[in-house]
Amino acid sequence: MFNFVAMQVENDVKQMEEQFQAKIDADIRIEPRDWMPEKYRKTLIRQMSQHAHSEVVGMLPEANWITRAPSLRRKVALLAKVQDEAGHGLYLYSACETLGADREETIDDLHSGKAKYSSIFNYPTITWADIGAIGWLVDGAAIVNQVALQKTSYGPYARAMVKICKEESFHQRQGYEIITVLANGTPAQKAMAQDALNRWWWPSLMMFGPTDADSPNTQQSMAWRIKRHTNDELRQMFIDATVKQAEVAGLTIPDKDLKWNEERGHYDFGEIDWEEFYNVIKGNGPCNKQRIEARRKAKEEGMWVREAAMAYAEKQKSKVKAA
Amino acid sequence: MNKELYEYVLRMGDDSLILGQRLGEWCGHGPILEEDIALTNVALDILGQARILMDYAGKLTNKKEDEVAFLREEWDYKNVLLVEQPNGDFAKTILRQFFFDAFRLPFFKELQNSKDETLSGLALKAVKETTYHLQHSSNWVIRLGDGTDESHQRLKTALEELWMFTGELFYADEVDTKLVNEGIAVDLNKIKPIWDAKVSEVFAQAKLQIPEESWMQKGGRKGKHTEHLGFLLSEMQYMQRAYPGCEW
Amino acid sequence: MSEIKKEWPLWEVFIRSKQGLSHKHVGSLRAADAKMAIENARDVYTRRSEGISIWVVESVNVHASNPTEQGPMFEPSDDKVYRHPTFYEVPEGVGHM
Ligand SMILES: [Fe+2]
Ligand SMILES: [Fe+2]
Ligand SMILES: [Fe+2]
Repeated sequence: MFNFVAMQVENDVKQMEEQFQAKIDADIRIEPRDWMPEKYRKTLIRQMSQHAHSEVVGMLPEANWITRAPSLRRKVALLAKVQDEAGHGLYLYSACETLGADREETIDDLHSGKAKYSSIFNYPTITWADIGAIGWLVDGAAIVNQVALQKTSYGPYARAMVKICKEESFHQRQGYEIITVLANGTPAQKAMAQDALNRWWWPSLMMFGPTDADSPNTQQSMAWRIKRHTNDELRQMFIDATVKQAEVAGLTIPDKDLKWNEERGHYDFGEIDWEEFYNVIKGNGPCNKQRIEARRKAKEEGMWVREAAMAYAEKQKSKVKAA
Repeated sequence: MNKELYEYVLRMGDDSLILGQRLGEWCGHGPILEEDIALTNVALDILGQARILMDYAGKLTNKKEDEVAFLREEWDYKNVLLVEQPNGDFAKTILRQFFFDAFRLPFFKELQNSKDETLSGLALKAVKETTYHLQHSSNWVIRLGDGTDESHQRLKTALEELWMFTGELFYADEVDTKLVNEGIAVDLNKIKPIWDAKVSEVFAQAKLQIPEESWMQKGGRKGKHTEHLGFLLSEMQYMQRAYPGCEW
Repeated sequence: MSEIKKEWPLWEVFIRSKQGLSHKHVGSLRAADAKMAIENARDVYTRRSEGISIWVVESVNVHASNPTEQGPMFEPSDDKVYRHPTFYEVPEGVGHM
């Protein structure tokens, strides 16, 4: 008897899974209250929250230069850009909440080290040119990824991506503009730009994640259309688009193996230092501790503020009730 | 050149510039994402005002916006001491903002009638922005004042620190007298009662008392600052000083 | 003092992008009360003049239809073609109606 019920349930789940996959294959978006496999939900929450954390932690290296921006025009552009990233984080936390992932808990996972974020933000911004390099390369790489995700299978995630992509369009341009102005400036400015490219190039390539051979979950994520291209495909798209931009700026990409492959119709490139990548992910990057510490501090120091607002709101509510 | 006008534009422009610089320090560190974004919106509006005024001061002296903004000595900055005070905790930042917004809103409303078209044009836009800023900062002062014991206490501490810097908002000298007569500047005597009324109104809801201490600091309008401005400037001016004459 | 709830409640945000259009759901945010929710919505969701009017609804107050009942809920109106303007023929000369 018991076995029979269990079998029945198993059959039902199997049938629902098939229907679910059929919807995805037909490019029908999944919405929050639709039935979904538990693993789909978990994978999505993980991916969206990692993305949200990356936006918010990503504010820090750039915010580092707001007070030192070299002109007022650059200062307001940078401020607006970093603010956009806060907005992106918020849109994505909001998408996570549609699956019942409470924001505060999601953020606590970041602060405890349980959740990951993009490894790139664990590198320091040591000169003004780094702000240019981040906008150009890091936002550039993010855009490649995000454009693809506008067609992701989960509705709220896809809609957040559409909004984010619209806003991202100025980020890369302002970064590239900073770099080209430097590259065409004094020798000291040009050196600053080249130095930034040297330091940010390889970490930018790592942003797309391990090679396809080393990312076992890719297959399932592709089938669910949570991912629309593999890591290696996205990385190649980014490289192909960026080489020309570096040339126009008169800067040299720090990879002696970089060359056009007529046959493939793509650029070949050198070996990525995956040992560095895995170490930075593990927490051994130059700024991991500093970044998490800054976010944790903001949350802790904001606690009394959030409590005060809540206490005030509750007092007002009970006043209305009493009246 | 109208020397008084230049001085007047700098005083107004430096208030915006220095406060915008301070607010920019919050970006990425706000008490919650929503408020991080809100504070940055305020900063962006205020820096936008600063740019118009720096540009105008530059036109009066044949200089570029950034030369005026970044390449003066400390004693040539004419902002009130209030805006250069460090951010402190959120209570201090919000209270500083409230005092300033409550001054700036009636100020800009009056400035809309200025005979100087750059100033009246700026005021027209700034009134809308500042109306929102004042609403935002007032609401927060009330929430913190009537929130928890801790928030009330923090706000009180901030008040004790900031109160003596509020008097200078109404500092006026021969620069003002001359320009008020010319129909260019705002008569600050008209602004003071409006500011007083707003502060009383909000403090009543925030359960705060206006301090009895009436001794007020001044000096900013004449270029005499607190120790804080030097550090703010060394950060803000760093690139322009380290790489003179460059395009950015 | 009564115990304070830790996290600010979640609010759904709806924005009218221009006069004549209805409010559209754009996402959610956290706020302590309705006033703050509207302010936050303005700061978060209209940074590029995306809206002229904002509605906020505390998320717990949104009641939703059940997607598994999508059939009975919405399909009956699929065959009520007479509700749609293209059901009616209009002589060519009248132009757009
Ligand atoms: Fe980003
Ligand atoms: Fe972003
Ligand atoms: Fe971005």
